[in-house]
Amino acid sequence: MKELTHLDQLEAEAIYIIREVAAECENPVMLYSIGKDSSVMLHLAMKAFYPEKPPFPFMHVNTTWKFKEMIEFRDRKAKELGIEMIEEINKEAVEQGINPFDHGSAYTDIMKTQTLKQGLDKYGFDAAFGGGRRDEEKSRAKERIFSFRNKNHAWDPKNQKPEMWKLYNPRINKGESMRVFPLSNWTEKDIWQYIRKENIDIVPLYFAKERPVVYRDGNIVMVDDDRMKLEPNEEVVMKKVRFRTLGCYPLTGGVESDAETLDEIIEETLGAVSSERTSRVIDQEAAGSMERRKREGYF
Amino acid sequence: MKSLLKFITCGSVDDGKSTLIGHMLYDAKLLFADQEKALELDSKVGSRGGEIDYSLLLDGLMAEREQGITIDVAYRYFTTDNRSFIVADTPGHEEYTRNMAVGASFADLAIILVDATKGVITQTKRHARICALMGIKHLVLAVNKMDLIGYDENRFNEIKEDFLQITQGFNMESIQVIPVSATEGDNITGKSDYTPWYDDIPLLPYLERVDVSKENEHIGFVMPVQRVSRPNHTFRGFQGQIEAGDISVGDEVITLPSNEKAKVKSLLVTDKEMDAAAIGQPVTIQLDREVDVSRGNVLTTADNIQVTDMFTATILWMDDAKLVPGRNYLVKVGTKTLPGTVMKIKHKIDINTGQEIPADQVFKNELVACDISLSENMVFDTFENNEALGGLILIDRVTNMTSACGVIEHSLRRSTNVVWQETDVTRVIRCQQKGQQPLTLWFTGLSGSGKSTLANEVEKRLVSLGHHTMLLDGDNVRHGLNKNLGFKESDRVENIRRIAEVAKLMNDGGLITLTSFISPYESDRYNARRIIGEEYIEIFVSTPLEVCEERDVKGLYKKARAGEIPNFTGITSPYEAPENPEIEIDTSKYSLEEATDLVVKQIMKYLD
Repeated sequence: MKELTHLDQLEAEAIYIIREVAAECENPVMLYSIGKDSSVMLHLAMKAFYPEKPPFPFMHVNTTWKFKEMIEFRDRKAKELGIEMIEEINKEAVEQGINPFDHGSAYTDIMKTQTLKQGLDKYGFDAAFGGGRRDEEKSRAKERIFSFRNKNHAWDPKNQKPEMWKLYNPRINKGESMRVFPLSNWTEKDIWQYIRKENIDIVPLYFAKERPVVYRDGNIVMVDDDRMKLEPNEEVVMKKVRFRTLGCYPLTGGVESDAETLDEIIEETLGAVSSERTSRVIDQEAAGSMERRKREGYF
Repeated sequence: MKSLLKFITCGSVDDGKSTLIGHMLYDAKLLFADQEKALELDSKVGSRGGEIDYSLLLDGLMAEREQGITIDVAYRYFTTDNRSFIVADTPGHEEYTRNMAVGASFADLAIILVDATKGVITQTKRHARICALMGIKHLVLAVNKMDLIGYDENRFNEIKEDFLQITQGFNMESIQVIPVSATEGDNITGKSDYTPWYDDIPLLPYLERVDVSKENEHIGFVMPVQRVSRPNHTFRGFQGQIEAGDISVGDEVITLPSNEKAKVKSLLVTDKEMDAAAIGQPVTIQLDREVDVSRGNVLTTADNIQVTDMFTATILWMDDAKLVPGRNYLVKVGTKTLPGTVMKIKHKIDINTGQEIPADQVFKNELVACDISLSENMVFDTFENNEALGGLILIDRVTNMTSACGVIEHSLRRSTNVVWQETDVTRVIRCQQKGQQPLTLWFTGLSGSGKSTLANEVEKRLVSLGHHTMLLDGDNVRHGLNKNLGFKESDRVENIRRIAEVAKLMNDGGLITLTSFISPYESDRYNARRIIGEEYIEIFVSTPLEVCEERDVKGLYKKARAGEIPNFTGITSPYEAPENPEIEIDTSKYSLEEATDLVVKQIMKYLD
């Protein structure tokens, strides 16, 4: 009998987790951020229930500052696969003109964290799948696969349920919820290798292409629309760049790259000298910033 | 493609376990440049001066960093040219036993650290015991801080011997002992010049090579059902992960606990139609006919999977609230969750020494053997045979906390091993051979009511009519099967339970069983009816107390009236008359022959 490869094992573990939630939780939802991890998670959900469609909806928390190509991709995928895609936007904040240029870290809290909580509460979801991986950051390394959140969606690292073998315990009281991370044990490299193996469709922004960018505080920021405010000394230049993670375009740093194919991306990643979160502008604060935001309900 | 090794590191902060892993990642050039930079930066602001503190790579949470200890499980991922690794780093103190158990339940191998200056200590034994309990079969003992004892070979050999001694009986498949220094980097990724006497391989190369594949092919195919998928009227698929063996289209499987047979009609491995699938794969199975299967049931070809509603387990208590017997929890085994009660705490197990200690309550981080009774039958296997069907958790029904984890040792109801019953000669065949419908004729009534006399006559009549029978009464039960039981309430309940179980077995053998016991309590008779099932026929011998007392064949009523026999039914303890017996007979109104006629006539109705 041949041993499963490590990608097979990771796939089996994720599918097991996704099925457990579908079987045990009353009203689950899968968060979909349009990024590569979400693409893998969506792919796993389609495989887990085949020939049935995933028995839960998907939700995209839209900050309204996402790359245009991401939104196009999202709508195309949902239609192609015939899945229910909920879009959650903080309309109030949009009207108040909250934006990533003027409101700094408050922006992420209002547009992402608060909007997520609002969406979960509105539909009464008791479990939300997220694409978080333990290899992303030190405090994520201690995250459970089934992560318990109290009525205020807050995470208390000292009050989590022990996880033994595959005996997950998704039972909660009314108002409480679970965040479930089926990709907990995947690394960035695993994600790319799996995308290649399964031929998973991803947003073209991951591939290197000539794009209009500005250099700002050591990051390469793409000018995706005319809301991007330029500093007096800044100039839009065309550069061959790609993105290792996708989020709000003003907060997502690109990297100069010639990687136009999956193989080239994997080549680059395997030899990468920076772990991927360095390209997220928000993470370069003091150690512990991620843990602080998670306690407040950030995913 | 590479294989995956999941391992755990055990040892206390002072043993340098985070440093060991940190150093391994650093030496093997498995760190990203920015992590490396952050590490140097963190070390400088930390309390340990300007040198690189490798442990900062792993100790993630703020609270832990301030306290300088690891309080949760941290997972790290790395890949070498030969293998992918996931390492769970867990705290070593006794108050974090449960965190260690979490890490151990996840891992295939454990690296246990000891400080070479201290040798094997109590906590080393604790760590080895927890690893063994959670199913780890491969141990590495890293004898750390060899630099501090001048790389002394003799001391190393003493520690090695001590360790092999304490791990005897833990049923390990492999144990490797390696001399290392986590801070200096000796025998971590490459062979150390300071230990020329160590002619075996260093730690990382060992981890790259060790074979941890599970050899349970002999068990047969086992798949706990996670969910039933019914996207349309024509498709009904059972989804789950194969936990043992392999399966092909056309194979016959047994469904448990419903115990039906069906053939595999189609097989999906994730979204691909396949002819066969094996251990570890997620599958969707369609069977060739309708079977009674839902989430929590098991599809199998194995012949040793059991079904029970009562078992003995060894559990690790993890809740802040203490465990007391009699409390109700949710018990999860495989994909099944059922209400259950911890009936009896047999004894605590000293987590350090393994000694058994009598106990009636259990606190956090304590290990205990107990009997658990479930609200209905559950499919299980012993943990030793099959982790997926032998591991359990207990969930608090109010707080929803995972209160305990444990392993099933054995069932307390061996007779209900369903597959065992599925032998070639079935109950139906035995009954056909004897040409009769088995029954249990349960005679109940006061002492002296004439139960035994009547039961005896009824049996004679049945035998003369060509039936096959067996009579159970005080004489052949009290002196044999139940001779260890006294007259306490719990003994009384057990007495009736055993009689009912034996009667049921006799019925399974195709026999008509007659039982003659006072059985004064409705609850006991109800229990007997539940065990025996449809074959249970209650015959109430309703001779009035005055007549019984007047007959007083054995002189017992006289003694009871004189206060010489406590708790005598009808005098000092109640007889709860059956409300709806199948048959009722008052022997004071008929001769023995007439009474026998009347009873046998009514029994005939059930014998068609």
